[in-house]
Amino acid sequence: MKTPEQLKYTDTHEWALSEADGTLAVGITDHAQEVLGDIVFLELPQVGKRYAQGEACAVIESVKAASDINMPIAGVVVAVNDALVKAPEQVNTDAYAAWMFKIKPDQATDLVSLMDAAAYAGHAAK
Amino acid sequence: MLKTTPLNAAHRALGARMVDFGGWDMPVNYGSQIEEHRAVRSNAGMFDVSHMLAVDVHGAGARDFLRRALANDVDKLRDSGHALYSCMLNHAGGVIDDLIVYFFDETWFRLVLNAGRAEADLAWLVALAQAAPPDIQPRRDLALIAVQGPQARERVWQVLPEARAASAALMSFHGVQLDQLVLARTGYTGEDGFELMLPAAQAPALWQRLLACGVKPCGLGARDTLRLEAGMNLWGQDMDESVSPLDAGLAWTVDLASARDFVGKAALLARPQSRQLLGLVLTEAGGVLRSHQRLATAQGEGEVTSGTFSPTLNRSIALARLPLGVEPGAPVRVAVRDKQLAAQVVRPPFVRRGKILVNFD
Repeated sequence: MKTPEQLKYTDTHEWALSEADGTLAVGITDHAQEVLGDIVFLELPQVGKRYAQGEACAVIESVKAASDINMPIAGVVVAVNDALVKAPEQVNTDAYAAWMFKIKPDQATDLVSLMDAAAYAGHAAK
Repeated sequence: MLKTTPLNAAHRALGARMVDFGGWDMPVNYGSQIEEHRAVRSNAGMFDVSHMLAVDVHGAGARDFLRRALANDVDKLRDSGHALYSCMLNHAGGVIDDLIVYFFDETWFRLVLNAGRAEADLAWLVALAQAAPPDIQPRRDLALIAVQGPQARERVWQVLPEARAASAALMSFHGVQLDQLVLARTGYTGEDGFELMLPAAQAPALWQRLLACGVKPCGLGARDTLRLEAGMNLWGQDMDESVSPLDAGLAWTVDLASARDFVGKAALLARPQSRQLLGLVLTEAGGVLRSHQRLATAQGEGEVTSGTFSPTLNRSIALARLPLGVEPGAPVRVAVRDKQLAAQVVRPPFVRRGKILVNFD
């Protein structure tokens, strides 16, 4: 299970990366893709829509199961990765390269509520 | 404490993702379920199915007992090694389990039961046998390995050269006993292959030899997508104790025409077919078909009983319980989360022997 140091993590297995322009890229963790198995479907949120922290905003389906993807912190969706919708198996290939959507956080300071790599590794190992 | 098969250490050594499958610690995949699925369709894969229970029925009354206990008629079995798929029904005509029954001789039949039903099945069989008791022997001492795919038989003969002569002419749904091994041309994938039943202690070495000659280990995940593409029912999803085999697409396994009486027959005669089990192909993007999703047809409501993503069709497929009168080709709408997605009714199987058998727009 990989947990890159530069990312922040949620207890529902999303990762978030702070970009230079102040937006936040979001995907699911390596642990999550491993548990889900082969990913075959992805439904991404609408650009421009605002979600609260923890709100379900996207859906991922593997051969085995469907799962919600939740908003790591409150914000507005500013971009979605349409290429990934056409090739959702890339989530299995490299979960941290497969960003799903980007948000403009309501408050950048909300990031402190997320876990760092070490805390998430402990959470996922439970 | 989960139950383990004789191959548990082999699964762990291969890095399998293990899950609790009805109380058994079983591999769901060894990496990619889709790659395992494709290996079975194009080459050869193997499954540890030792969690299933073989039960030997011995005694002079074995045939008569099974003619009463099973909905299909074991009188069809006359050649040694011939096998039959059957439901075992309760008195209300519901399906207690589905199974394969092998005939070896007039005093020896063997049933292979679903893992999750084994204890209930055994209790039922023992209770039924009280009037004219045959000897019912659960064979937890056996391991079961299914080797499936177009190259499966060749690979088995490669590791068991002594079995080739005895099994080369074996027809589908026939098995042969070779010393302590029973080798049968059966499976749950829609591909050619063998199912092997052998002493537990011999299973790890055989598994390693099959692995060494290129047979891909496959988990329960691929087993489910393969059986669904093959249009085969799964107990607990497509039928259970509350469902008649007639409503589960299994009328072909139930013999209502002959004079033979069997458990559940009276109930089936009193309660004719009211639903039908057919296939669905999702024709609109938007998700994956899953069991319990509701659907609308021109003849009324239905329900998905098993759904998945089909690696061979590269789209979602399902088995669904539908009103009578819905014909293959009919368009339906399936409730997937907050959407009503378009799907088309097809007659299973979806895939057999590597070939897509359904047409859809």
